[in-house]
Amino acid sequence: MKPKNPLQLEGARPLSAKAIDVLEHLDASRRDFLKTAGVMMIGFGVAATTGRAQSTINPSGNVDTTQVDSWVAIGADESITVLAGKCDFGQGLRTIQYQLAAEELSVPMDRITLVLCRTGVSPDQGYTAGSFSTWTQFGGGGLRVALDTARDALFQLASQYLDVDVSQLTVQNGVFSVTGGDPTWTVSYGQLVQGKRFNLTVNPQAVPNNPSTWTILGQSVPRVDLPAKAKGTFQYVQKVRIPGMLHGKVVRAAFLGAHLQNIDKSAISGLAGNPQVVQVNDFVGVVADTEWHALKAANALAGAITWSAGDTFPAQANLYTYMTQQPSRDAFAVNTGDVDTVMWSAARVIRAQYLYPFQMHGSLASSCAVADVRGTGKTATVKAWSATQSVYDVRTYLSTLLSIPTANIEVIQVEGSGCYGGNGNDPVTFDAALLSQAVGKPVRLQYTRKDEMTAGEHYGHPMVSNQTAGLDAGGTIVTWDNETFLMVHGEGPLAGFTQGGAPGPGNFISGALAGFPTALVVPTATPANPAGGLFWDFGNSVPPYCTGSVNGVSLGTGTIASQRSLTRLVESQLWTSYLRSPDHIQNTWSNESFMDEIAARQQQDPVLYRIRHLADQRLIGVINAVTQNALWDTRPSPKPGNARTGVVTGRGVSCVLYSGFDGYCAVVAEVSVNQDTGVITLTKVTAGIDTGPVINPDGLRNQMEGQVLQGMSRTLLEEVKFSNLGAGGVGGGTVTTNDWDTYTVLEFGDNIPEIDTVLINNLKVPPTGAGETIITLMPAAIGNAVYDATGVRLRQIPLTPANFLAAKAAQKV
Amino acid sequence: MATFAFQVNGQASTVTVDDPSTPLLFVLQENFQLNGPRFGCGLSQCGACTVLLDGQPIRSCVTDVSSADGHSVTSLEGLAALDGLPDPNALHPIQEAFVAEQAGQCAYCISGPILYGYVFVRDHPGASRADIEQGISGDLICRCCTNYRMINAIVRYAGADPRGREYRR
Repeated sequence: MKPKNPLQLEGARPLSAKAIDVLEHLDASRRDFLKTAGVMMIGFGVAATTGRAQSTINPSGNVDTTQVDSWVAIGADESITVLAGKCDFGQGLRTIQYQLAAEELSVPMDRITLVLCRTGVSPDQGYTAGSFSTWTQFGGGGLRVALDTARDALFQLASQYLDVDVSQLTVQNGVFSVTGGDPTWTVSYGQLVQGKRFNLTVNPQAVPNNPSTWTILGQSVPRVDLPAKAKGTFQYVQKVRIPGMLHGKVVRAAFLGAHLQNIDKSAISGLAGNPQVVQVNDFVGVVADTEWHALKAANALAGAITWSAGDTFPAQANLYTYMTQQPSRDAFAVNTGDVDTVMWSAARVIRAQYLYPFQMHGSLASSCAVADVRGTGKTATVKAWSATQSVYDVRTYLSTLLSIPTANIEVIQVEGSGCYGGNGNDPVTFDAALLSQAVGKPVRLQYTRKDEMTAGEHYGHPMVSNQTAGLDAGGTIVTWDNETFLMVHGEGPLAGFTQGGAPGPGNFISGALAGFPTALVVPTATPANPAGGLFWDFGNSVPPYCTGSVNGVSLGTGTIASQRSLTRLVESQLWTSYLRSPDHIQNTWSNESFMDEIAARQQQDPVLYRIRHLADQRLIGVINAVTQNALWDTRPSPKPGNARTGVVTGRGVSCVLYSGFDGYCAVVAEVSVNQDTGVITLTKVTAGIDTGPVINPDGLRNQMEGQVLQGMSRTLLEEVKFSNLGAGGVGGGTVTTNDWDTYTVLEFGDNIPEIDTVLINNLKVPPTGAGETIITLMPAAIGNAVYDATGVRLRQIPLTPANFLAAKAAQKV
Repeated sequence: MATFAFQVNGQASTVTVDDPSTPLLFVLQENFQLNGPRFGCGLSQCGACTVLLDGQPIRSCVTDVSSADGHSVTSLEGLAALDGLPDPNALHPIQEAFVAEQAGQCAYCISGPILYGYVFVRDHPGASRADIEQGISGDLICRCCTNYRMINAIVRYAGADPRGREYRR
């Protein structure tokens, strides 16, 4: 395998010293940032006394997202400070936002200091999640329009100053000149703004710079954070050190859903390091002088607590059956009302069921936060350093959890390890705050590995998907019906969206332990119709081959007009939340495997049969690009001539438009399968994407490659396992996959495939997301390739040797 | 109380702890304020806490501080100094190779791949790509799954690929 992407970066670090300082400087207010940027502070943050309505911070500590000054400040010293609310946790968003600001303001990146995700400092842009950040920041409601509004204002000011029409102006490196005019006739951003504020409302219609003129966007700008990470100096949240800081550990319930019955706090008396016990309802933790002291105290205390038996839940072997028998909260993504009729008259009906297990985020770092809660009552203050995806939401939850007003709470996002969704980052922040509030001193809390994998973790949803398709006599699909069961509990910030419950800290594991209510699934009598009366495929439950018709408007990518997609949420005993490609990867595993089954039963080539049912030219385009690069062998599956013993090879395809709008992608997977041992080896992956103009080609390839391998890991290896050992089967349940030996993931030394990435640089549309696209396609592409090679149809993730051999025996292949 | 004397990134140091079984990682993190070695699992299963002890990679999360007594500890921060580079604050060539290949996303794991890569290349002159793919293994995880690029970076550093020759020492 040949290395790819020969970059000539060599440690380049295209940031100013000040920007690097901000990257690693954790204790400055917005006022401090802007002071150092040379911005005049008159009227800033003191709206009440000056009567200036344009102040961008109100007394609650919020930053007004409608004001340009909330996003960009230009100093008299020509410095440019950009503030934004989408954070970086390894996906490269910091670098991309530097590129965006530099491009739209026509300055080199080293002129800019970017400040991300601090309450009271950066604008509130909610959670950085869902593969939405590029779409948001480059679209009509994020950073880009604020920058472009500022740019337009600067052009107006320059036009007045130089007394020429805007159309005659040229700008380079933040200096305006007149096209074809006297070259000394110039004015700079700093001279125009004179350290004042813009006092402008963000114009959502502000026009982006044309991608065909990009000089900084569109380039493989190297990651600004990587040199410090490689050198070892980068400050992750795990490395935040506050003077006087103590160290905490949590002691979680022995069983899932258990309540504390008795605690012998004397168990830690006499231990070194001044350990203290903190207990708030079922929340238990310790605080001590050093991490080792805290860990030893936590271990001692764990043996001195009596817990109730906890929840009763199904044996793992019965999980999927159990899921389909519970009261459920049902909603249609589409329902054209004619599915039963069309199915009845179809020439052929095909059915299949697909299964997907609980999986975990499995962040490499166990989660960590530092919290500093001082004082009591209305004057109490909180400062929290957290790897959260949303500083403002965490502030709201902390306010409820600690009974402290939001105006007194400051949350600073500091990068942790990759989170891949709602991992332990928010729960550990709440835990650290509870500990700090109890002892009145700053507390750093890092979970143990077992805490991370069992007691701070909200798992990804398991799924049971029932698929039915009706075909006409010519073999064309005329109706598609799917019913998907998903298991949820808590769901963190998504409780309202999923269960129909109230938001609050009790929807996180730590808030629930501290006594706050958890929103449970509210079952529905009849399924809800599509929310808002619109097609909204967040979850990709609707197959790409359907028209996505809701109330006469068709926003899907396919041609099948008769369609029904029903999602049924049931209550889980394990905590859940969003895990990279949430529900999309489960649904696409099912939809794209089923499409492959149908094509095979019709003895049709899987690519041509897909395209026959697609209408969207961008999706067809990316499929064609990928299959061409992969030298796709056009023929039906399974591959003719393969023996039914020994090692055989095959190829499979899958495709999707992520979330129904956020990234067109397709994958071809090539596998070899040892049919005697059941071992599946991924040998090559060709992954292609059309997400509009490519913002950073190498950054995009890095994301795609990581998704190929993480997707392979989730497809072949990953499954959360649990036991239910209580007396009479009541309670006593624990998650048994609690370290890297029991929860198996891709490791160095494991086979990795050759990876070919195909980028379609589509300049005609706005950029969309990429961070959860390719991973969505991996399970079905691999499963389809296994079928092509062996004739064995796999319908349950993970595709372990045991699952393969069981399916081969059951299908009598 | 017990006092141990060892070198940390070239500096002679002593540390006094009440428990000789205190993990070296916690001492490096709290007493020496190092950011390079990182707690991932505490079980020697992931590699994020890797440091060199007298030039050999160890897992500092399961190594007692007492084991370092009289020895030399090198973390990512000290790799340039270990090899006597003119500027100890500069990136070591293997770190340069990781940046050049953009080998990392969150990069929390990076102590493991860099330090095991450094030692493997040192101990296996002329290693091929296949040697490196097999040799860099054993309870080492990059959960962002940048394995492909990290292998590329070590190959580049080894000079096994034409693009990497300038790094060969």
